[in-house]
Amino acid sequence: MEPSRDDFIIAIRSAFLKKGTKQRFSLLGLLFFSILLIVLGKFNFTAINYLKITINEVVYRISFVASLPEKYIGYSYRAVEEHIRFYNDYNLKKEELEKLKSKKYETIFLEAENKRLKKVLNDINYSSELVIAKVLIDKQSPFLRSIIINKGSKNNINKGMAVLSDSYLLGKVVEVNYTTSRVLLLSDLNSKIPVTIEPGSIQSILSGDGENSGVLQYIKDNFPIADESIVYTSGTGGLLKSGIPIGKIKQNENQNNVNFFVDFSQLRYVKVSFYIEEKN
Amino acid sequence: MSEFKKRSIVNNLLRLAPLIILYISVLNEIDLNYLKIISLNFPFILIYYWSLRKSESLGYGYIFVAGLINDVVTGLPIGISSFNYLLICGFAAYLRTITLRPNLIKDWVFFLFTILVVNSSTYSVLNIFFSVDLDYNNLFINIFFTFIFYIIFANIFLIYQNKFFKESND
Repeated sequence: MEPSRDDFIIAIRSAFLKKGTKQRFSLLGLLFFSILLIVLGKFNFTAINYLKITINEVVYRISFVASLPEKYIGYSYRAVEEHIRFYNDYNLKKEELEKLKSKKYETIFLEAENKRLKKVLNDINYSSELVIAKVLIDKQSPFLRSIIINKGSKNNINKGMAVLSDSYLLGKVVEVNYTTSRVLLLSDLNSKIPVTIEPGSIQSILSGDGENSGVLQYIKDNFPIADESIVYTSGTGGLLKSGIPIGKIKQNENQNNVNFFVDFSQLRYVKVSFYIEEKN
Repeated sequence: MSEFKKRSIVNNLLRLAPLIILYISVLNEIDLNYLKIISLNFPFILIYYWSLRKSESLGYGYIFVAGLINDVVTGLPIGISSFNYLLICGFAAYLRTITLRPNLIKDWVFFLFTILVVNSSTYSVLNIFFSVDLDYNNLFINIFFTFIFYIIFANIFLIYQNKFFKESND
């Protein structure tokens, strides 16, 4: 016998309206409450913001502790992997060090010259202060590529601040709580950073691809971008200082991809950077 | 007497295991993303299975709170995961109501339909309502592996259920 429309409605009613055994809340009631939270969240309702900040503060700490065993397994796996390729790495690093030593003196000279020329041009110089922060949560969900750090408004962290790993840019602060903050990684689809490509001083916008690399957007086809060109922040928009290294261009058939200098899976400590304009 | 008391505490803990695992999984965001090619939504599997087979083992209120925690950990707008989880409970409750003889394969197929609906709603809400870009491929991979892994976890849960929830099944 074919189930009738009434049977379907009765089953739906029974599933959503009837309070199940040992259930304190009705499913439909909670579903409506969730929708209400989503809608109020969309319109930045103050009470929802407070609720979010409170949950953030508690959950980030608990989550940090809860993810310790899994983190430990991950670190051990990587440690073993590093041991296996230790000797080859050592030889490569030795060669690289020799090259860098010879470049160092050249850099010191160029830095001094750059400062002098900026003074002549009356350009702005930046001095930076760094706050070291520990990464509490670094889970990469398919929805958002972000990390949580253990510094917040208590440590003068503000939205939009640059976050570095060594001296490379890894993302910017997008959410600030009292003792924690969320950093949107460069690899997130929603991350858009104004950049300069050198050599050539070509301006572009760098967006994440949702994986572990970036894509250059809003760039004309006739601009000659060489493979392995370096991508820096351009400083346009005034949020980030210009000249922070980001990654290297890897050319594909249709687009210019950027391989980031930062390995997003290895983040333990990061630096949140405050840039202060210096008077010439 | 004390032996009896100890046994009842252990029994209670074993019965609470699905709820404990749910909270660990949302706090720890178990998704196997570090394996690069595999990504799955473990809470979907857990909530669907236990809501279907032993609905009283996970309270709706607890599921709602787990959703809020997941939103905070993954950085989604608050309420989205709670809505998804409760929607899964609703689909599971519907299937439970219309099924006379439970069958793992039928549950599995209906699970695919459920996660397709739930992920579609998430995609729509995030994209239209919050203007958040999502990678469609990542989402598809997530749905695919969540579906594939359901049958594996369902069998593990079934063994667990038969062992520790036996007397209430009879």
